[in-house]
Amino acid sequence: MPDLGLDVLFKGKNMIRLLGGLWVAVKISLISVAISIPLGILLGIVMTSKNPIIKAVTRVYLEFIRIMPQLVLLFIVFFGSTSAFGINISGELASVIVFTVWGTAEMGDLVRGALISIPKHQYESSAALALTPAKTYIYVIIPQTVRRLIPLSINLITRMIKTTSLILMIGVVEVLKVAQQIIEANRMSSPNAAFGVYLTVLLMYFIICWPISMLAKRLEKKWG
Amino acid sequence: MNWDFIWKYLPLYEKAALLTVRIGWAGIALAIIIGILCAIVLYFRIAVLRRIVSVYIEISRNTPLLIQLFFIYYALPKVGIPITPEVCGVAGLAFLGGSYMAEAFRSGLEAIEPIQMESALSLGLEKSQALRYVIMPQAVSVSVPAFVANVIFLLKETSVFSAVSLMDLMFTAKDLIGLYYKTTESLFLLVVFYLIILLPISILGSILERRLRHAGFGS
Repeated sequence: MPDLGLDVLFKGKNMIRLLGGLWVAVKISLISVAISIPLGILLGIVMTSKNPIIKAVTRVYLEFIRIMPQLVLLFIVFFGSTSAFGINISGELASVIVFTVWGTAEMGDLVRGALISIPKHQYESSAALALTPAKTYIYVIIPQTVRRLIPLSINLITRMIKTTSLILMIGVVEVLKVAQQIIEANRMSSPNAAFGVYLTVLLMYFIICWPISMLAKRLEKKWG
Repeated sequence: MNWDFIWKYLPLYEKAALLTVRIGWAGIALAIIIGILCAIVLYFRIAVLRRIVSVYIEISRNTPLLIQLFFIYYALPKVGIPITPEVCGVAGLAFLGGSYMAEAFRSGLEAIEPIQMESALSLGLEKSQALRYVIMPQAVSVSVPAFVANVIFLLKETSVFSAVSLMDLMFTAKDLIGLYYKTTESLFLLVVFYLIILLPISILGSILERRLRHAGFGS
């Protein structure tokens, strides 16, 4: 059995430090999701509007955000804000801004998709039953939309957590950065530490994301 | 905007974009092969292999590409598997993409009602003929939207390659920003080049999707 560098993990506070780094990434994704969901719902409703100008503007926003790699967006906000406005924002703030803008676009598209998937006869039947438009939304449309949306929004959380690993690239100290520091510090005593430490980071992400995506899958089956 | 700077460093970006595209397509081609194999294993419920494929799909889908690349590039050499940055990029993309492609193909296959297979068999077709002439054409058209979305997703994911010291578009942009402080120009070129790579595929995808929408039976 070769030395896999697993002992490094149990040295000192290394495990705690790794978890602390992971928390930085998870915290940024949770904050971004929490802001994106309400904004995305608003965007989704706005996108079903028939006004051509609103349609065009929201469409361009959505397409641009979705076609650009998230790392490019991070670079634009992180490096671009300094040259464009002369302000220096921290990597954490830049990440929250980018992931909120991205999450809002994704959520908006999900909401729009869920809204237009409700067949027209649902509205017509409600009107025939003399429900007012407000009651139609509260009792008929929203409950059906929410059922389609919840599994998809839960999936968005896992995508967000996976994507926040990118914040390493704009210098935020998160789990990968901590991993690099630990490996570097133990270079002499444990040359194979990279294996054990990176495997642990990989498993940490898996342990967080897997239950969440299982939950989404289960709800999708139950309500689908 | 300093246009002289842009013209001067355009070739650098071209080179980087070619690298992104080359590694991207190699990774995606491998991902498609892995995806087809996994989808077949899942669809025909082949014992043992099915378990392995499910575990692979869950691990690959629930971990970020960046971490997968770090593991492949820095951890695997420690257990005696030497790896170059290019191989790491292709392998990482194939590992991630394989599971996404598998899900796209599998859901295409499973969307075809069993009655299609039963009818084909009762008309005297062999199982392989039924697959070739009845199931596959329909399954392919069902999986096209997910397939195109995956290709775009995977090409976007290539942006993390600079983490394993591949000199791609992100690396070039960051380098120029650090060297010359020409942030606006560097970022402008970065966005333009990603649009050149991604926009045609996105447009092609939506055309293809529209043309195939009515290919399925009974829709």
